[in-house]
Amino acid sequence: MSTPENQVPELPSSTKLITTLGLVAMISGLLVVLVYEFTKPIIAENQRLATERAIFKVLPKATSRLTFKVTATGIALSDDKANGPLIYAGYDDQLNLVGVALNAAAQGYQDTIKLLYGYQPSTGCITGFDVLKSTETPGFGTKITSDEDFLANFNCLEAKVNTTQMTLMQVIKTVRHGTKTQAWEIDAISGSTITSNAIGRMLNQSGQRLHPIVMQNLNRLEKGKE
Amino acid sequence: MSQPIKKETPLTLDVFTAGIWKDNPVFVMMLGLCPVLAVTNSVINSLAMGIASIFVLVCSNALVSMLRNFIPKQVRITTYIIIIATFVTLVDYMIQAISLDLYNRLGAFIQLIVVNCLILGRAEAYASKNSVIKSVVSALGMGLGFTLALVMLGGVRELLGAGQLLGYQVFSTQFEPWVVMILPPGGFIVLGCWLLLINYIEQRKTAKLITTEAALHSTVKS
Repeated sequence: MSTPENQVPELPSSTKLITTLGLVAMISGLLVVLVYEFTKPIIAENQRLATERAIFKVLPKATSRLTFKVTATGIALSDDKANGPLIYAGYDDQLNLVGVALNAAAQGYQDTIKLLYGYQPSTGCITGFDVLKSTETPGFGTKITSDEDFLANFNCLEAKVNTTQMTLMQVIKTVRHGTKTQAWEIDAISGSTITSNAIGRMLNQSGQRLHPIVMQNLNRLEKGKE
Repeated sequence: MSQPIKKETPLTLDVFTAGIWKDNPVFVMMLGLCPVLAVTNSVINSLAMGIASIFVLVCSNALVSMLRNFIPKQVRITTYIIIIATFVTLVDYMIQAISLDLYNRLGAFIQLIVVNCLILGRAEAYASKNSVIKSVVSALGMGLGFTLALVMLGGVRELLGAGQLLGYQVFSTQFEPWVVMILPPGGFIVLGCWLLLINYIEQRKTAKLITTEAALHSTVKS
């Protein structure tokens, strides 16, 4: 005969368990969708403003800009939401092309670093960058935005295109601090080698892919909205 | 035979204040130490993580308490995780809407609030056994205690590691920042120092209480 002490508690029916989980999942789904729908336009606007700020930072002479997307046959006017690589063209008051802003990304010390950099097709120089996303170590990896010697690399980092092979003439690479001898080399920050290398790597990858496209479609970029 | 129904204790101020000092989740219970060590390299990051945790803690505790008589105990942990994950997703969207910069700085730690043992612990140990109001009040106290601990760590680390507080320069430019303080080891060092200080204060308080009681006892005896 069983005593109350050794009685196994009765399990609730599967229906009850499934109903509970289903109901909680429904409430959860409803809440997530409501907040997602509410915040979606605000987040999109924040991202647009952040991109806009970055473009005008890397192209300081620009007063207006256009976005182009890379297509199979060249480039086409687009909005910022288009998928794939985008080319942001900056224009001055007379609507002359002052440069293009391009995206680049590579794995840093902690996570992927994403940045936007300015490229001047007329001189073949990378003239500056703005970090869009970085979780690098404070005091070390974060120096890429404040170290004056490192930023001096971008007064004119050579990234010219070999028009016959449609690649960069020289591979952009990061070299050990104090050993830079060429205009396409980046002098690393002492103590932030991984982040410095990531910058070199991402600029080279992006440059090899996008700079030839920019040069091939320079006329289209210069025409602007036409 | 049905189990005797326990009478619920009344709502007192102690329910709220316990989480702030006596049962502080960081300094006493040592819960949720991952974000405590990871994001406290500045006051603003600490505050943002604290507020996000308060939101998730209060909302999840309220919903768990509301549904406590409805959730079978066999699926309670799964249900709690779904509820907590929901509010973490909401807070994730909200921070992106408030500031993308802050969202990027906090990185994956916002999403990792899902696995913060403080939140699941309060849902299981408190909200599932108490009324909605008591659960919310307790969650508020615990959340404020958690935020207080984060800011205490963040303040010291930002001050010594960058010479700033809330982004404002406090020390002169001649001050050489102790970079180690904003690196991961700095989190352990500052947490250790705060624990040392708080335990010292608590021990002194206890010793004083014992002395007073002993003196009182001897007076009554004589």
